[in-house]
Amino acid sequence: MLDIQKIRADFPILTQKVNGKQLVYFDNGATSQKPKVVIDAITKYYEEINANIHRGVHTLSQLATDAYEVSRGKIQQHINAKFPYEVIFTSGTTHGINAIANGFASILKEGDEVLVSALEHHSNIVPWQMLCEKTGAKLVVIPMNDEGELIISEFDKLLSDKTKVVTVNHISNALGTLNPIKYIIDKAHEFGAAVLIDGAQAVPHLKPDVQELDCDFYVFSGHKICGPTGVGILYGKEEWLRKLPPYQGGGEMIATVSFEKTTYADLPHKFEAGTPNIAGGIVLGTAIDYLNEIGFENIQAYEHELLEYGTKRLLEIDGLKIFGTAKEKTSVISFNIEGVHPYDIGTIIDKLGIAVRTGHHCAQPIMDFYQIPGTIRASFAFYNTKEEIDIFVEAVKKAKMMLS
Amino acid sequence: MTIKEIQDEIVDEFSMFDDWMQRYEYIIELGKSLPLIDEQYKTEDNIIKGCQSKVWVHGEQNDDKVVFTADSDAILTKGIIAILIRTFSNQNPTDILDANTDFIDEIGLKEHLSPTRANGLVSMIKQIKMYALAFSAKN
Repeated sequence: MLDIQKIRADFPILTQKVNGKQLVYFDNGATSQKPKVVIDAITKYYEEINANIHRGVHTLSQLATDAYEVSRGKIQQHINAKFPYEVIFTSGTTHGINAIANGFASILKEGDEVLVSALEHHSNIVPWQMLCEKTGAKLVVIPMNDEGELIISEFDKLLSDKTKVVTVNHISNALGTLNPIKYIIDKAHEFGAAVLIDGAQAVPHLKPDVQELDCDFYVFSGHKICGPTGVGILYGKEEWLRKLPPYQGGGEMIATVSFEKTTYADLPHKFEAGTPNIAGGIVLGTAIDYLNEIGFENIQAYEHELLEYGTKRLLEIDGLKIFGTAKEKTSVISFNIEGVHPYDIGTIIDKLGIAVRTGHHCAQPIMDFYQIPGTIRASFAFYNTKEEIDIFVEAVKKAKMMLS
Repeated sequence: MTIKEIQDEIVDEFSMFDDWMQRYEYIIELGKSLPLIDEQYKTEDNIIKGCQSKVWVHGEQNDDKVVFTADSDAILTKGIIAILIRTFSNQNPTDILDANTDFIDEIGLKEHLSPTRANGLVSMIKQIKMYALAFSAKN
């Protein structure tokens, strides 16, 4: 059992008033709030050990480098990567996906296929579209059903020797669907395809085991798991990271440079050009420690309770329809009210202190599938409460009354 | 009435409201009463895609005035469109080009005209000015 009041006290922002009302923060899918330990760790870094890493012989540089590498080790353990150098620091999920999609430009040929799911965020669509434009490969979409689940029998049929990459999110940001990625990875490997998993929405709710999953790449952002913005992780299997060319050129990623020829640095530095987000990288380790202390099993169980309660309460509202009713889903409720635009609801409940996301959630193909302009998305975290859900439901009822 | 006179009148009307709820209820009413844009003008060309809500706007010349009609798929956006149309429609192009929308701050709806709001309203005002510019050049 989690002591939610104690956990809430860790998050200074949760006591904020918004538009004169107590903040109810249900936009955790967009970014999570930060506990005091994380905020303090950022200050501590800048006050005590700020220096550039992997370069200086001076003490501060060494301290900062050590802290950065300790954090890499924590993340390696957290996702159970085989080696620390398979963990690449990025600026976020989008950066990670672009780095890999860009790398495949040297491998893909005309006629090859990239399989992408219908449930993807734009950041896991557009980089692959750009890759296909560059190489003449074809983007093929794994379709979804009305519940917001991928149609796996169709995925089976789409796989062929032409399939070179399969890219799927672990959990859909717009609907909360938990995808059967283990099956997808194994099946894709039978055809020799590489698999990238976009874990941005999964890591706040579960601890991925990249070796057990056997995925080739797993990417996520730090800011969705209580860490700072501007830092993320690209996990890649060693053999793939060696095979793919670097994404960006610059300092840190080189071994030797002359105007005739540059040789690249070894992993992970080959993919870490330039001065990274040092504070972000170090503090991401702090955030992961914080979450592991609470425990992902506890987080999952509690968030599931919130999901069930929220779903039940929202369905009391006449004309309310939930999009994304997959059997396996996380604490995300995407919904609309008949005859009311999601933007209007979002605007009114904001006045009542409630933060939710409205719109297409950067997943326009899903909105097109349902033929809707967007949805209202409430996404719960382990620091939210049933009382907050009650306030939210009342606010939605009030907005509905005003608007219809 | 001049644009300024209409805007002052609107500010006056809004001063009767005590809180945001009354203001929003009024905007919703305005949204419902906005004469809809003629279906033939609800085209891809006339659409302004905000990330959150869509706006359609059409302008045509009537003697020396420009007449605007517009619509949106979101009712709050539509209500604010009604206010903007009331100030800018049936005015001559030079006056439209000279006018501003500062009165929106005064009636407590500033956030709706923020460039980051992505509801299409800022682009709509730009579009209204474009029509005015085009018609003034024609005159």
